[in-house]
Parts: sequence; structure tokens; C-alpha cells
Amino acid sequence: MDYAGVVGLEILYMIAFLALTSAGLAVVFGMMRVINLAHGEFVMLGGYTTIACYNNGINIYFAMLVVAPVVVGLVGLIVERTIIRFLYGRMIDTMLATWGLSLLLIGLVTLIFGNTAVSVPAPVSGYQLGDYQMGGYNLFIILITVALVLVMWAVLRFTRAGLIARGAMQGPDVVSALGYDPRKIYMYTFTAGAALSGLAGGVLAPLTGLLPSSGGAYIAKAFITVITGGAAVVSGTLSSAVIFGTVNQLVSFAAHPVIGELAMLALAIILLRLMPKGITGRFFRDGT
Amino acid sequence: MRGWPSIGRIRWGWFLLATAILLLLPLVTDTLTPTVLLIWALFALSLGMMWGYAGLLSFGHAAYFGLGAYTYAIAVVNIGESTIPLLLAMLVPAAIAAVVGAMMFYGRISDVYMGVITLVVTLILFKFISATAGDAYVIGRARLGGFNGIPGFHTLNVPGYPEISLFGVPTYYVCAAALLICYLICRWILARSFGRMLVGIRENEARCELMGYNVPALKTAIFTVCAAMAGLAGCLFANWAEIVTPRVFSLGQAAEVLIWVIVGGLGTLIGPILGAIALGYVKLLLGEQTLIDNSLILGALLIIVVLGIPRGVVPALQRVWSAGRRRARRRAGDAGVRRTLGTSVRERP
Repeated sequence: MDYAGVVGLEILYMIAFLALTSAGLAVVFGMMRVINLAHGEFVMLGGYTTIACYNNGINIYFAMLVVAPVVVGLVGLIVERTIIRFLYGRMIDTMLATWGLSLLLIGLVTLIFGNTAVSVPAPVSGYQLGDYQMGGYNLFIILITVALVLVMWAVLRFTRAGLIARGAMQGPDVVSALGYDPRKIYMYTFTAGAALSGLAGGVLAPLTGLLPSSGGAYIAKAFITVITGGAAVVSGTLSSAVIFGTVNQLVSFAAHPVIGELAMLALAIILLRLMPKGITGRFFRDGT
Repeated sequence: MRGWPSIGRIRWGWFLLATAILLLLPLVTDTLTPTVLLIWALFALSLGMMWGYAGLLSFGHAAYFGLGAYTYAIAVVNIGESTIPLLLAMLVPAAIAAVVGAMMFYGRISDVYMGVITLVVTLILFKFISATAGDAYVIGRARLGGFNGIPGFHTLNVPGYPEISLFGVPTYYVCAAALLICYLICRWILARSFGRMLVGIRENEARCELMGYNVPALKTAIFTVCAAMAGLAGCLFANWAEIVTPRVFSLGQAAEVLIWVIVGGLGTLIGPILGAIALGYVKLLLGEQTLIDNSLILGALLIIVVLGIPRGVVPALQRVWSAGRRRARRRAGDAGVRRTLGTSVRERP
């Protein structure tokens, strides 16, 4: 029974991890059809921001929940103004340019922080589940992700900004005919996506040591979660996070963590082949 | 997609000049660096052929490079003689590319999703090979060795004579020959209807399909051929480095080759070759110092090229060159007309 609880929590944690790390990418891809290959580096920047703040004596929760999203959001704004906005409608070129950006950011962070791992201690202590010692921080990540998904859903569903954003996603021409500038909407969307990535990086920073190349660890999973999920931001990301998180953890427990990860990636290829528009392109169509 | 360079044809003069330079290079310099630059050039050529002519961008071309390297290492450890491993190093990547390609192209997956799938394939291989440390992962007599890779295998030898192995200058000549032969194969493909159909697919896939061509089969075919070339490059790289590590499958390797190709030039064969040689050399120079990170330069370069010269340097230079020639010819033409008419011609059409 305890073991089932452990497995269940680990599955929940993996789902939360996938949803959290892909939220920023999902917003940008879903709203703008832009695949941001520098997403992993945005997450990494959020982590470095949190660690830098913590080392300077700022409260760690404030650092990860406020400072990291703001800083990375600003980076996203600069990137959108200087690179992305010239490439709208050229998906492949956007992918190439953001890959360049990813390498550039890795190089810059290496230059500033050096190529050594840095870390912060987790601010939540562990707890006992039957015979098993569990990391309390995983629970914190699950809670943060639930809150984040609810907020995203509520914003998209009930606020005016969310309405405009969904409109811009379904029919940019109509939205622009109604007097909203799609370019401005895209700018805000990209900034918001970057901020979400920064938040993910901040929240995940205490988990592992952070390297300039850490972004590569997130990008693959975030990528397949978002693409397999399809264009609908919340329902798409959630449904594919649930599928991949469950498969990954079950196979990991049955065989080996590496096999679990491989199973997830292989499943992603098969799902993409079967549903090139993603899960939500096929089953849900309401746009949130 | 406007402004592709024309298919072009082989210029034998330039080709012979390049051959002569490659032949004589060992007389003036050490061959260690030129060898790896030629290998990288071959790798870039294999991606440039696919991307520049058929319009198929694989974000994970490193997968086939790495498969070639690993296939060679594993086979040569088991066999001991290098002829069959060399062939396997082309056949295995080609076979896997045929399966992956058929899956993608018969599924009519768009170019963006093709990018994602090829990248994920590379990541799967990287993850898997990195995790193969320990006694459980042994193929025949070859230990896969996880992150440390496979060191100390037999390098290429004269076919049939395992005791005469090649290193130094002979290896350099093998790499040069491989590059020249693959270049000729690419030119030969492009001169035939197969090549024209590939360019047709790049320009307008739906029209090619409606004219009755089997587009998925053609795409799978060129994907397979280019994977075999990448595999050959990987095999030669394994010989040059005398060790294979999971780094050949890494995201960095995948990004590097893409940058060489796009900076050198899309839609040309010489562009990717020159791009790989130039940027590969820069990489080796940057490797000697620690002040500026190589990925910083490569990343900035990729952004600048995508924003500024999305077809790459060589096509841009070609455009400037041919515009200059046109102007010169027109001026010469004007002078000729002036001579015959005895008046000045001011108006131009």
C-alpha cells in the first residue's frame, strides 16, 4: 500500500514536472505557432536567477516565484523585439534562430558563471510515508503546478486578455479587424511564455545542480509534451503530460529510469506519427 | 521560399584544382587537422544535399553520423578487419534512416514535425548510448562503455590485410577521396531526373505529387542516401579520433552541422563543404583558449545568418558575382555598340 502511494506520488510528480516545464513553451507554440528551441535555456536562466538571488540574501520563495519570472520575462521581451518578430510565419527559420539563441545563452552563462554546477538547498524538508522517506519538495512542485494550471485556465477562460489571446490564436485576421494589433498580442504572449519558463526554472532550481547546459535536459521533454499535446494550451499540455508522465514513471519502476525515458520518447514519435496535429487537434477543440 | 540558387553543374576545372590542392596539401602541412576538417565537410555535404536540394531539414542528422561511428567501432572490435565494418557503417545508418524516413514521409508529416521527430531520434540514441555503462551492455566483444565510449579499436586497414593499418597521411587521403567521391555522387544525382525531382519537391510538393511522382518514396530515398554519407563521415571520424563517445549524438553536434550548412550556403554543394571547413577550423582555434566559448560564437552566427542571409554566404556571393558579371558584360556590350555606331549609347533597356 505504501509502495503504491510512492509510485502514485512519483507519477503525479512527473506529470507536474512535465506540465511545469512545458507551460511556457505551450503558450508560445499554442498562441503563436512558434517553436522556441531556446526554451530550455529560458528555464536554465530562471534557475540561475533564483540561485543568484538566494546567494545575495533574498528570500528563496520570493526569488523563484517573483524575481525569476520577471527577469526571464524581460529577456523574452528583448528576444521577441530583436529576433522573433522578424521571423513570424517562417517556422523553420524561427526554430533555427532560437537554436542559435540557445547556444548563445549557453555561451553567455558559461562566460559569466563558469562551467561548474551551482545549487541551492531545497527549502522544504522530507517526510515519512509508511516505510519510505519522501522528498517534501516534490510535493511543493505538484502544488505549484496545480495552482499554475488553474490560474492559466482561469486567465484564458474568464479574463478579457485571455479572450483576446484565444481570439488571436483562432483568427488573427478577425482580431486585427476588431482593432487589436496581433503583433502586440504576440509580443505580450512571448513575454508571458518566457516568464512561465523562468518560473519553472526557479521552482526546479533546488532539485539538481545547475549547469549552463542544463536547458538541454528540459527541452526534449517539454518539446514532445507540447507538440504531442497540440495547439490547445491547457488541455493539450495536461493531457500529454498525464500520458507521458504515467508511462515514464511506470516503465521506470518496472525496469530502469533510462528505459522509462526512452519509452516516453519512443511513444512520442509514435503518437506524432498517428496524430500529427497533436492530441487536442484530434479530440478537444475548445481552444483552452 | 524564393531565391534558391540554380542546381548548377560540375565545373571540372575547379574540381581538378581542388583535387590537386588536396593531393599536395600533405607536402606543406601536418595532416591531422585537415583530415578532421574533410570529415566534417563530408558530414555537412550529406546534410546540405538533403536540406538544400530536397528541402528536407533534419534537426538530428548527428544521429546517422553517430550511428556510423558506433557501428564501425563495434563491428571492427568484433571482426578485426576494417572492410566489412566500413560497409556496415554506411548500411546501418542507411537502414535506420529508411525506416525513420518512411515512417515520416509516408505519414505526410510537415517539415516542422519532421524537425521534432529527427531531433527526438537523436536524443533517444544519446540517452541510450550514454546509459550503456557496465557489463550488461556488450555487443559481441565490444563493450559500449556508456559515457566513456569505446576506445582503442582497430583503425582502417588496407582491404584484406588487417596487419597494415592506416594512420596519418594515408588516412588523410582516404578522407579526401571519400569527400571527392561523395561530391561526385551528389553531382551525379543532381544531374539525373532523380535530382530534378528532388528540387521539384522542394519547390512545390503538391504539384510533383499531382504530376504522378511518388513523393514519399523519393524523399525516403534521398534521406537514406544522405544518412549513408553521414555514416561514412562518422566512421572516418571514429578512425580519426580513435575513440567513439556519446558526444557524436549530442545536441551540440546536431546544431554544429546545421550551422555549417546554413552559413556555408543552402542549395549549393560547395557551400556546406566550405562552411564546415571554415567553421570547423574556427572551432579548433577557439578550443585552444578558454576566454570565449565556442557555442557563443556559433549561436550568434546562426542568428545573424538566419536574420540576414537566410540562404548562406556562398549563394549570396554568387549573386553578387553574377550581378557584377552582368554589369561588366553590359558595359562591354555598350562599348562595342559605341564602336560600331560611332555614337554614345546612353539609354538602356
